[in-house]
Amino acid sequence: MTRTSVLSRIILWFNQTGSPPNFDRFAARWTPWAFGFAVVAMAVGAWGALATVPADYQQGENFRILYIHVPCAWMSLFVFVAMAIQAFIALVWRIKACEILAMACAPIGAAFTLVTLVTGSIWGKPTWGTWWTWDPRLTSELVLLFLYVGVIGLNNAIEDRRAAARAASFLALVGVINVPIVHFAVQWWNTLHQGETVRLIGPSKLDSSMLWPLIAMTLGTKAWFVGSLLQRARAANLENEAPKDWARAAVEASA
Amino acid sequence: MARAPSLLAVGRAQLERDLRLVWRRRGDAAQPLLFALIVVALFPLALGSGATMLARIAPGVVWVAVLLAGLLTLDSLFRSDLEDGSLEQLLLSPAPLAWLIAMRVLVHWLVTALPLLLATPLFAELLQLPRPLLVPLMLSLAVGTPLLSLVGAIVAALTVGIRRSGMLLAVLALPLFVPVLVFGSGAVVAASQGLPWSGAIYLLAAGLALALVLVPLAAAAALRIALS
Repeated sequence: MTRTSVLSRIILWFNQTGSPPNFDRFAARWTPWAFGFAVVAMAVGAWGALATVPADYQQGENFRILYIHVPCAWMSLFVFVAMAIQAFIALVWRIKACEILAMACAPIGAAFTLVTLVTGSIWGKPTWGTWWTWDPRLTSELVLLFLYVGVIGLNNAIEDRRAAARAASFLALVGVINVPIVHFAVQWWNTLHQGETVRLIGPSKLDSSMLWPLIAMTLGTKAWFVGSLLQRARAANLENEAPKDWARAAVEASA
Repeated sequence: MARAPSLLAVGRAQLERDLRLVWRRRGDAAQPLLFALIVVALFPLALGSGATMLARIAPGVVWVAVLLAGLLTLDSLFRSDLEDGSLEQLLLSPAPLAWLIAMRVLVHWLVTALPLLLATPLFAELLQLPRPLLVPLMLSLAVGTPLLSLVGAIVAALTVGIRRSGMLLAVLALPLFVPVLVFGSGAVVAASQGLPWSGAIYLLAAGLALALVLVPLAAAAALRIALS
């Protein structure tokens, strides 16, 4: 098989899966699998984190919140990058499914960011003695939340769905350039202000017996993101295509 | 077919038109200055008039006041042109849209930021800023405010079609303004602690050079998306 035919097959697959009826079938088929895998992985991870991992010699039982906090923190950035990639595809090749997918990413990423901030806050109270500190990572995470809120807000503010998705996609691209700049700026700013230097235990320093539940939770959150993304994108897709016959049939079939 | 006018001629025409429009409504143009003055005056009222405390917060307060004044006027960047239809003429014009937007941002900076920059010694005096810190403050504002205007233009272009965009505009612009505020205000704080402060200004200047090239293009793309 020649290379061009492989490439054209991939493009064909994209265009076929990207057409609204096919996308609906694709999403309806894979959503339960993603959610199922996520629940199993997170259940195993939670069991490992709560039952098998020994308590930390400094932080006691408090550190176990790491198994929620760290995967969510990774996801908050991962989802933003995923959103920006889809936004780029949506703007350059004008693929409708990617517009929908990019916009479906934003609320999920915002939720992961919020969970990161809240669990970090809960963790910070017994460990650092304060709910909030202007640590570079905390501050960047807060700015990240604002970026997500901006994308969601812009998407909701414009009447026409496709125009809204395109404008918010553009904002997501600007945002993804902004994230590292903010991170760098905030780090410089923190060294200037000489805030109390707080150190989280880095995941790399974790013992291997403590690591596998973290991996399970990470896989679980990734799969949850995929399931949630497909479900949200499917709902938005059906809403956009509501006047059409196949959409009505799809809704009635799954109702 | 008539030849398209040169970039310089187009730029000059656009500048003249925009400045004339501003001049016809001089009262509106004074608003950002008044607003910044009010914000600056609110801080001593809220925090008490202790000179040492005021001197410590002065750089941040002046920076935030300038930033908010710029944010307030961001909405007007393309709004009136959209309403009277001249924005569509800009899009259809043979001159590159990015160039026209660059001229528009220049007018925005001249009208909102330049008066604030000139009034900064007054603000500094009101907040008891030590005299030697005035130089870093003015320098950081001189480099930082064009950057704010430029970055704000992207957001203004994206939200131009939205009727009530006030709060949304602030939410969208805030994360993009954070690095500028951190480096701008940080330079003055570093100077007040006796640390080297020129590095932050250089970083702002580098950002400005990058933004001068890229932002008009990005804002033009955003405007086409918003009006498509």
